[in-house]
Amino acid sequence: MITNADPIITRRIAFEDSYTIERYLATGGYEGLRRALTMTPEAVAEEVNKASLLGRGGAGFPAGRKWSMLRQAPTSYLVVNGDESEPATFKDHLLIERDPHQIIEGSLITAYAIGASQIFIFCRGEFALGLERLQAACNEAYAYGAIGKNIFGAGFSIDLVIHPGAGAYICGEETALLESLEGKRGFPRIKPPFFPAVNGLYGQPTVVNNIETMSNIPWIILNGGDAFAALGTGASTGTRLFALSGRVKRPGWYELEMSKTTFRDLIFDPSLGGGIIDDGTIKAFIPGGVSAPWFGPDQLDLGLDQEAVGKAGSMLGSGSVVVMDDTTCVVRAAWRITRFFHRESCGQCTPCREGGTWLEQIMRRIEEGGGRESDLDLLMDVCDNIAPGVSWPPQQTTICVLGPSIPSSIASAIRMFRDEFLAHIEAGCCPMGGAR
Amino acid sequence: MAHLSAENLDRARRLVAVYPKSRSALIPLCHLAQSQDGYLTEEAMVDIAELTGVTAAEVRGTATFYDMLHTEPVGDYVIAMCTNIACLLGGAYELLEHAEGRLGVHIGQTTADGNFTIEEAECLAACDTAPCVQVNHRFFGPLDGAGFDRLIDDLTAGRLVDQVPRHGVLNRVERTVGLLTENESEARA
Repeated sequence: MITNADPIITRRIAFEDSYTIERYLATGGYEGLRRALTMTPEAVAEEVNKASLLGRGGAGFPAGRKWSMLRQAPTSYLVVNGDESEPATFKDHLLIERDPHQIIEGSLITAYAIGASQIFIFCRGEFALGLERLQAACNEAYAYGAIGKNIFGAGFSIDLVIHPGAGAYICGEETALLESLEGKRGFPRIKPPFFPAVNGLYGQPTVVNNIETMSNIPWIILNGGDAFAALGTGASTGTRLFALSGRVKRPGWYELEMSKTTFRDLIFDPSLGGGIIDDGTIKAFIPGGVSAPWFGPDQLDLGLDQEAVGKAGSMLGSGSVVVMDDTTCVVRAAWRITRFFHRESCGQCTPCREGGTWLEQIMRRIEEGGGRESDLDLLMDVCDNIAPGVSWPPQQTTICVLGPSIPSSIASAIRMFRDEFLAHIEAGCCPMGGAR
Repeated sequence: MAHLSAENLDRARRLVAVYPKSRSALIPLCHLAQSQDGYLTEEAMVDIAELTGVTAAEVRGTATFYDMLHTEPVGDYVIAMCTNIACLLGGAYELLEHAEGRLGVHIGQTTADGNFTIEEAECLAACDTAPCVQVNHRFFGPLDGAGFDRLIDDLTAGRLVDQVPRHGVLNRVERTVGLLTENESEARA
């Protein structure tokens, strides 16, 4: 039996017109902003601190701490990261299309708390409908007096810009996103400085927060940080929007209280994933986006909890769970993920650019039947050159974490399914006929 | 003189004005140029360079980093077919093979009538509707072979013109509001 808290960020989505300001206002919209503007910026930030809200983009860094690191300067920025591109992740896409006002309200409250001079919502370019919904919501919010000069007569003024991306996974990395927002190629910046809070957009202090993170802020201000922290357990507080895909009967998004649900529940409960297609057998699953190492069925009883998944050797990451079953060729699956990283590498760092290229070629030749037994050691050797030790969390040899994410699926597949690799090599083709 | 139409030049200047630095408008202006011409032309890049204070080479150097910006002509309908993990598990490669057969072109190619270009896409963030495709960045899925054929028929017959504008048109909702007055933005520029 699944026990679940009332939804926080998806409570409006069942309404057909959830993206309009009429529906937003009829369901408590912009009340959080009104409340926040009666508080001091410090008091607003303190509520978010109390909530222990972990960033929902993938790294899970506490949002309140990110805000507190902002260097004090006359000009600073809030940039909202809506460049959702981690394969199998589709939660921000949903929030952008179905509840854009919630994102805008959360961003306005955040900008007030941190004293930002301007807000940019960076929306993935491929989300054409999302861009239209966000811009329409922005126009509506201006007309309503929630954005612009002297918001709600409270003396706070700010401008908000909807910015379209143009198609590049790497721009989800926050420093690459800032480069892109400056009109450049999406090259991640050299660290240190590690945080845009010190040196961000145009060299000014900048907070970069994820869409889902922003969507939680209005509720936290209205209901209090303590109420949010009371949900979940330990460091994993509140609810989280999980994206379930792959070989399940009911793929989709599910907002679940953190830690209270296990992967088994998510994948098999009739009200959630509903089990494996054709009642097949689960072979493996990815717990948090394709950058994460895979888990086998023995890990199904782990909770959807950032710490627990981390301790078990992977990450909850972007909250996207991919299920593979007994019809899945794991070599083909791992090859496709490898090819993704190879294609999306920005090319600045040798281990990622060259390593990713060779790994893709070796994986492809195994899947196509031209592999050799020595290829397994060769793959692991190349992985070791990208992320020494091939452990988790990975050692980093590159400017950003894209490179060290490449070995995750390869190392997982070899460790868990060595026999299948050998079967490809011995048969000289994919024993599953390359199907699925 | 300018390649962009008078109306689009006006739009372009308003886009530049919302950013603290004009180069930040470079990518939005590339989208604008694509909405006019269907792809990013050499002439448009010269205009964008002038509007954002960089060289045309810098516009090209930036634009070629991004998958959505085409510096060569493409079909009226660009069909982006996702084959990443969730779509792969849902039969995306079988669908891609079907699509190539139906349209008689391979990935990256455009049909002889100039209607359709097929691209293989990375994850489009619609994995609950796998296998999914985008036509000019509008979502369709889950699709099987028959569903794909219907989609092509509908596009060819012009039944989806409201839902799917021609390639390059991205955001049809314009920014109608702003904190800065025109005088202020001119002063800042």
